[in-house]
Amino acid sequence: MKRGPAVLTGVHFFNGDVACAEGALAAGCRFFAGYPITPATEIAERMAERLPEVGGTFIQMEDEIASLSAVLGASWAGVKAMTATSGPGFSLMMENLGFGYMTETPCVIVNVQRGGPSTGLPTLVGQGDMMQARWGSHGDYETIVLAPSSAQEMFDLTVTAFNLSERYRLPVLILSDAVIGHITERVIIPPEEEITIVNRKKFTGPREAYLPYLPEEDLVPPMVAAGEGYRVYITGLTHDERGYPSTSPEVQERLVRRLAEKIWRNARDIIRLEERGIEDAEVVLVAYGISARVAYRAMELARAAGRRVGWLRLITVWPFPEERIRDLATRVRAFVVPELNLGQIVREVERCAAGRARTIPVLRPGGAVHDPREILTVIEEVFHD
Amino acid sequence: MTEAEHPLDQFLRADRLPHIWCPGCGIGIAMRCLVLALEELGRPLDRVVVVSGIGCSARVAGYVRLDGFHTTHGRAIPFATGLKLANPDLTVIVFSGDGDLAAIGGNHLIHAARRNLDLTVICVNNFIYGMTGGQFGPTTPLSARSTTTPYGNFEPPFNLMALVAASGAVYVARWTVFHVRRLITAFQEAIAKKGFSFVEVLSPCPTGYLRRNKLGEAVDMMRYFKANSEIRHGADPAEVGIEMGGKLILGKFVDLERPTYQERMRQQLAAFFVEPYVEKVSEEVEAEEVES
Repeated sequence: MKRGPAVLTGVHFFNGDVACAEGALAAGCRFFAGYPITPATEIAERMAERLPEVGGTFIQMEDEIASLSAVLGASWAGVKAMTATSGPGFSLMMENLGFGYMTETPCVIVNVQRGGPSTGLPTLVGQGDMMQARWGSHGDYETIVLAPSSAQEMFDLTVTAFNLSERYRLPVLILSDAVIGHITERVIIPPEEEITIVNRKKFTGPREAYLPYLPEEDLVPPMVAAGEGYRVYITGLTHDERGYPSTSPEVQERLVRRLAEKIWRNARDIIRLEERGIEDAEVVLVAYGISARVAYRAMELARAAGRRVGWLRLITVWPFPEERIRDLATRVRAFVVPELNLGQIVREVERCAAGRARTIPVLRPGGAVHDPREILTVIEEVFHD
Repeated sequence: MTEAEHPLDQFLRADRLPHIWCPGCGIGIAMRCLVLALEELGRPLDRVVVVSGIGCSARVAGYVRLDGFHTTHGRAIPFATGLKLANPDLTVIVFSGDGDLAAIGGNHLIHAARRNLDLTVICVNNFIYGMTGGQFGPTTPLSARSTTTPYGNFEPPFNLMALVAASGAVYVARWTVFHVRRLITAFQEAIAKKGFSFVEVLSPCPTGYLRRNKLGEAVDMMRYFKANSEIRHGADPAEVGIEMGGKLILGKFVDLERPTYQERMRQQLAAFFVEPYVEKVSEEVEAEEVES
């Protein structure tokens, strides 16, 4: 066996998990630490096989807490790093996730969601971690969460996740689900030179001049790696621009507000949406992940019945596309939001609609995707009211 | 006029002083021993990294003028694992306390020893949770008082030497902050050792442990360390447990050779790849090591 290429250019028949691993390799990921969990395990298995081929490192850690710790450590060694898990493992990662935001450590965390709470439905789909992804760690922070809807997007959005994480210096989350992780579909991997790769801003000036948390115009501080001679001190404590701990409310204000604002101010660059039939829509379906594909079928059925229904797919779930929903709320009658949870993202839609348009949830707590006719029935009710 | 520089200033972030430790605390002595060990060892300091978890001892990562990572509670070892595997050129030292490493981080401790990762773990054992105000921990001796054992501790403590030796550590030693020269030597040996090395440093906690147990001041603990220590190199780690008021067995208990995680990984992967898998070791580092 020879060393393999990092970018498997060509047309493949991959499941979403494998496509995710290939996306990571194409993005430049060279370190994976993880702990097996259904339905995310194939990502680890693929990385165990492929990373040695490209000179990277795979390690199966003793638990998910250790996995994310190792990923953060590898990132500070200057290497792009990732872990993948599902609900229970994601819960275990929450403390270190906060450490990642506080220390502005780029990395990617994939959560292939299953039905919960607790051990729940290990082999069946769910979308119940959407709010945990947003608020799961303690304290104030802003995050970036991407929700793929196909095996192809497991590849594409994993590349995007690495790029955003390097660009904005923070952990970026991919919230997939059991169906998207296990669905086997055509995946096209473009030639290496056609894949956009973003690398973290590096500081290269003299040691005395470096302040690890002094942001540039875009609120992102340039980074260095351990061993490069800058002798940085990195702590999860509230810290000033030198990285030194501080208990001053002013330092807390400056740091935590910047961590949030680097996402708020750059929201337009971060947010990705896909829309169909919005122009003349009276009802807009808002969905993400596998539910967005089911919702698309519901839109087709509604259109066939002469109903003016549009479809808006959240590719970026967090930061939430508030502006777009607010704008649409002034000109549609209702939003219909199918989710595989008992109402998480629908609350955000409702908040942004702020009474200007109705918001109607179509909810299932996981285990199986919606029948498109369930969604259609709800759409029909709007037109009958 | 320039201020006189302390000879160890190059190793410490003097601008962060004064430190947060209580008068009589032994962590500063352990930190000084680490610095002296590094000075004599002559490793390129730009590539020495100190990783810690949470607690009093964990603050060392922020006082030494090295790359320092003050991570989450109990997770210094897995963080260090990622650093070391992603850049094997680094000398990675984990410096933390008994609660951090053996209670919340206990699982990581045994697994890192099992893997024989090339890390040095320095564990300051003051028999108590210091930073949170004197609760008992995994090394608190039987019958000792703490804020959460008001009637005396009835949980048997870990014998850390036996724990890490049984888990696979290749270098296992215990000293006290009274035995500074021994401690410096042990740190040097542990850092130079390829594989998982573990040094337990017994240290007084006058505020959280001594006062509550009516054991006097820090100096009394130092006298206790002096009077009750017995150096027994090569002793069976299973027989060096610590009892309140009992003898302290010190020394180097384990010093053996075993392939490291990365050596085994390279060896295993070499069979599958035409081009042998070679971890990143820069020529620059090899050259420097030859010189020193």
